[in-house]
Amino acid sequence: MKTYPEKKEGQRRTYAYIGQPLPKVDAYAKVTGRAVYADDIMLPRMLYGRLLRSPHPHARILSIDTQRALELPGVLAVLCGEDLPRAYGILPSSQDEHALAIDKVRYVGDPVAAVAALDPDILDEAIKLIAVEYEVLPALMTIDEALAHPEIKINDEARTGNIHKAVSYEFGDMEAGFAQAEYVREDWFYYEGNNHAPMEEHACVASWEPMPTDAYGGKLTLWSSTQTPHYVHREVSKVLDLPPSHVRVIAPHVGGGFGGKSDPFSHEICACELSRRTGRPVKITCTREEVFLNHRGRHPVKMWIKTGVRRDGTLTAMHFRSFLDGGAYGSYGIASTYYTGALQTVTYTLPCYKFEGMRLFTNKPPCGPKRGHGTTQPRYAVEAHLDKVAYDLGIDPVEFRRRNLIEPYTRTVNGLRITSCALDECLDKVVERSGWNEFRSQRALALSEQDGMIASNGHASQAQDAENSGNDALELRTNGTRMAHNADSMVKRGMGIAASSYICGAGKPIYWNDMPHSAVQIRLDRGGGVTVYCGATDIGQGSTSVLAYIVAEVLGVQPGHIHLETADTTLTPVDLGSYSSRVTFMAGNAAIAAASKLKDQLFEAASLHLKVPVERLEAADGVIYDEHDAGISLPFMQAVQLAEERFGALVASGSYTPLEGMHGDYKGSGVGPSPAYSYSTCVAQVAVDVETGEVVVEKLWLAHDIGQSINPLLAAGQVEGGAYMGYGEAVMEQQIFRKGRHKIPSLLDYKLPTTLDTPEIEMVLVEVPDLEGPFGGKEAGQGPLNPVIPAIANAVFDAVGIRIDETPITPDKVLKALRAESGQSRAARPQVTPSVGPSPWPTRLIKWQPEAQDLAQTKGKS
Amino acid sequence: MRTLIVLHVNGERRELAVLPHHTLLEVLREDLGLIGTKHGCELGECGACTVLIDGAPMLSCLTLPIEVQDCEITTIEGLEQGGKLHPLQQTFAELGAAQCGYCTPGFLMAGAALLSKYPDPTREQIKETLAGNLCRCTGYTKIYEAVDAAAERMRAGGGKS
Repeated sequence: MKTYPEKKEGQRRTYAYIGQPLPKVDAYAKVTGRAVYADDIMLPRMLYGRLLRSPHPHARILSIDTQRALELPGVLAVLCGEDLPRAYGILPSSQDEHALAIDKVRYVGDPVAAVAALDPDILDEAIKLIAVEYEVLPALMTIDEALAHPEIKINDEARTGNIHKAVSYEFGDMEAGFAQAEYVREDWFYYEGNNHAPMEEHACVASWEPMPTDAYGGKLTLWSSTQTPHYVHREVSKVLDLPPSHVRVIAPHVGGGFGGKSDPFSHEICACELSRRTGRPVKITCTREEVFLNHRGRHPVKMWIKTGVRRDGTLTAMHFRSFLDGGAYGSYGIASTYYTGALQTVTYTLPCYKFEGMRLFTNKPPCGPKRGHGTTQPRYAVEAHLDKVAYDLGIDPVEFRRRNLIEPYTRTVNGLRITSCALDECLDKVVERSGWNEFRSQRALALSEQDGMIASNGHASQAQDAENSGNDALELRTNGTRMAHNADSMVKRGMGIAASSYICGAGKPIYWNDMPHSAVQIRLDRGGGVTVYCGATDIGQGSTSVLAYIVAEVLGVQPGHIHLETADTTLTPVDLGSYSSRVTFMAGNAAIAAASKLKDQLFEAASLHLKVPVERLEAADGVIYDEHDAGISLPFMQAVQLAEERFGALVASGSYTPLEGMHGDYKGSGVGPSPAYSYSTCVAQVAVDVETGEVVVEKLWLAHDIGQSINPLLAAGQVEGGAYMGYGEAVMEQQIFRKGRHKIPSLLDYKLPTTLDTPEIEMVLVEVPDLEGPFGGKEAGQGPLNPVIPAIANAVFDAVGIRIDETPITPDKVLKALRAESGQSRAARPQVTPSVGPSPWPTRLIKWQPEAQDLAQTKGKS
Repeated sequence: MRTLIVLHVNGERRELAVLPHHTLLEVLREDLGLIGTKHGCELGECGACTVLIDGAPMLSCLTLPIEVQDCEITTIEGLEQGGKLHPLQQTFAELGAAQCGYCTPGFLMAGAALLSKYPDPTREQIKETLAGNLCRCTGYTKIYEAVDAAAERMRAGGGKS
C-alpha cells in the first residue's frame, strides 16, 4: 500500500506563463553585450589589484619583504598575512583560511601578498619585487600519501594526521542484510578531480566610501562574480571587522559558476582591504590559471563498495566507503564528505546501509562543491558497481534497476523523506528514445549467429567474488562472450544506462538557524509596475527569470512588466545562494507567498469595486475579472490604485523555510535532507576503437523528473548543460598535478569538450508535479549531470567488455586494459589501488534505526 | 610610451593613444569601453573575445591594435544595425542559447561570420566554425538550434537581417 498524500486541486492546471518557453528576462542584455559582469565594472579612480601566490606546495614563510614593491611608483598598497589576521571559511566548522598566508603556504597558488596599483603593468612589476623567503616542507599530493604520512601535518584543522573529517554511520541491520544476500560483490573505484571552468574568471570590484564621522570610518561595496553574496557578505564583514550594515555585496551578471564561485575568496577580501586602505575602488580579476588555483572543484574520491543482492537482483545491503582528496583547506569539504554517502539510499531502496567517509588534506588547491556536489563520484561508482552486479546475475541492467527503484512518498533507511519521484517513467523514456531494447536484441542476434565461432577469452573480471560466501551456488556470467559481437570491426559499439537523484535545495542552511532560506519582497507601483526584490543570484541558470514568471503567473501580469532587483545584500532580502539546486524551489515558493499576499489585497479591492465575490475573481493578462463573466473586469493598474487607497503602500514579503521532519534525528542528519528530490536517467551510446582506445560518445539520452518545468526552454538548457559537463568529466576533464604543481592550468591543456567533441544530447522532461514545489517544480541544474558519467562507463563495458573503474576514461587506460585482457601485454590490467584507512575507522560509529512507522511505510510497497 | 593610432570600430573612427603591447581586447574594453567583448583566458583558447576584423572572426586577445588600423573592426556592440538586432541575436535570445551569456558575444560574432559566408550551413559546418568558442553552460545544443533558426530567417528575408 502506498501512502500518497491526497493530490491538491488544480496541480495540473494550465498556466499563462508557467511551462512556457519564454526568453529569459535578461536574454537581450546578454545577446547585445550590454549585460555587465564584475570585470566590466570600471569606476572613477579605480585601482587594479593582484595576488602574489606561493610557488611551493608546502612551505613555511620565513620572511616577506614588500619594501621594494611599495617604493615602486604607481603602487598604492601592499598587504601581507598579518594585515588580515582573521580566519574565515564558508562552513562554521571549517574556519581555516586566511586571505593571505600567515605562517605557511599549503599549495602552489596559496595567496601570500596583495598589491594595488594604478594599472596592471605596474602590478606585474610590483609582484616581482616582493621577496618571500620560504623553508620548503615535504608535500603530500594524494589520498594515500596523506594517509601514510600523519607526521607531515598540512592543516591544523585535522584532528589526527591529515584526516580533516571522518564519519561513520550504520542504518538498519547490516548483519541481517548481508545474511539475506545470495550474492555479494565488492569493487574499488576512483573518481578524478576536475574544475568547473566557468567561462568568466572570478573577478570583483571593491569600493570603500570613507565617512569621517562614522565609527568604522566608512562603508564598503563589493561587486563580485559570486554565487553566494549572502555568505560573502558575512565573511567580508568578519575579516574586515566591519558590522554587516557597513558592507554591501552585489552579484552583477555572473558568467557561470557550477559551484566554483560559492566560497568567499581571498581576492574578494583583499580587494576590500586594499580599497579601504587606499580610499579608492580596487578591481581584482583572476587569470584563468588562478581560476584553476582557486579551484573548489570536484573532489578526487576513492571509493569501495560492497553490496549484497538476492538472486532476483533485490538489494539487501550496501556498505560504502569514501576517501576524499580535499586539498589544502576545508571549504565545503565536511558537507562534501557527508554527501558522498548520504544520497545512496535515495535512488534505490536499501533495507540497510553502512557509510564510512573520510576527507584528507593534501597540498593541492582546495576542493569544494561542483555541480552534483559530493554525489557525482558515488553515483558513478554505485551505478558502475550495480551494473557489474546485474551483469554477474545475468539480469538486464534496466530490469535490475527497476526492481530496486525507490518508491515515491516513502522514507529511506537513513531517514530521508522522499516525496514525488518519477524515476520509473524516466527509465521508460530513455529506454524508448534510445532504442535500448532493439540495440540489445540486434546484438543478441548477431551473437547467436557468431556463436561457436569465437572462443571465450576467459576469466571473470571479478576476482574477489570467489571469496564471498554464498556466491558459489550462483552461476555467474563471465565477460568472455562480451566481445563476440561485431568481432571483425575495430570499432565496437555499446550502450550503458544509469539512474540518479539529487536534492532540490539543502534542507538545512550552512549556519543552522530557524530563519527562512529564501525571501522575496514585492512592491506594487500605482502606475501598475511590479518590482521584485530577492537575494537569489542568477549565474546563468535563469533564477531571475524564474522569479519573474512566477510573480507574473500569480498576479496575472506580463513578465515584461516586472522589474527585478536581485543578489544585493543591501537591497534584497536574504536568499542563501545559488548552490544545492535550491533557488527555483525555495525562492520560487517565497515568490508565490509574497505575490499571493498582494493578490489577496488586489482581489479584495477589486471585489468591492466589481461587486463580485473574491472567490470568483481571476487575474490574467493585466486584468482582474469575474470568472463567470469575463466582461466584468478592471485593469490591474486600477486594482492597484484601489488597493492602495484601502491598504496604503502595497508591499508584501514572502519567505520559504523547509518543513520539519525531513530527516532522521541523529548527528550528521543535516546533510542529505531536501524538500524534494529530482530524478534522472541517462543512456549513453559509445563507439570504442580497440586499436586506439578512443571512446567516442555518439549520443546521450537524458530523462529528467523536474516535477513541473517553470520554463521548459531553460530547464532543457540545464539538462543539456549538465549532460555536457558530465560527458567532459567522464572522458577528458582532470585536475592533475606534477611535482606539486597543477599540470595543466589553462584552457588549452585542460581538456574540456568543444563543439567537435560534444555528443548529440536528446532530453525529455518528465513532469509529475511535486506537491510542495512551486507550481509543482523541482530542480534541473545539477541532477542531470550525475547519471551521465556511469552511463558512459557502463556503455564502454558493453562495447568492449572491459571495466575502467576510474575517471576520466581516456584512450590510454582503455588500451592498457584491452591489451592486458587479450594477453597482448603482460602488464596487469589497470586497477584502482585500494586505500587503507586506519582501523577502526577514526570516528564514533553512529547506529540509527528508522522509526517504526517510517519502516512500515517503506516496507508497505513490497 | 603610448603610440597614437586610429581604429575603425563599429563604423566609428577612433583616435587613441595606446601602449603598443596592449592587445585589441584590452584596448576595446579598457580604452573604448566596449565591454561586450569578453575574456576567458587571454591566451587564445576560449573564443570569448572574438571580434570581426574585415568580416572575419579573430581573437582580440591575440591581436595588436597597431596591426589592424586599416581594418574595419566589429564588436558585439556593432552587430545590431540601426537598432535592429541581427537574426542570430534574436534567435540566441528566443531559443535559450545564452545561459550565463559570457561566451555569447564571441559565439555571435563567429556565428555571424559563418552565416555571411554560408547562408545554409550544415551542422558539421556550424560545429567546425564554432569549435574555437567554448561554452560551459549549454552543451552547445541550443546554440546550434539558434544558428539554424537564424539562417532560416535570413534566407526567408532574402539574406537581409
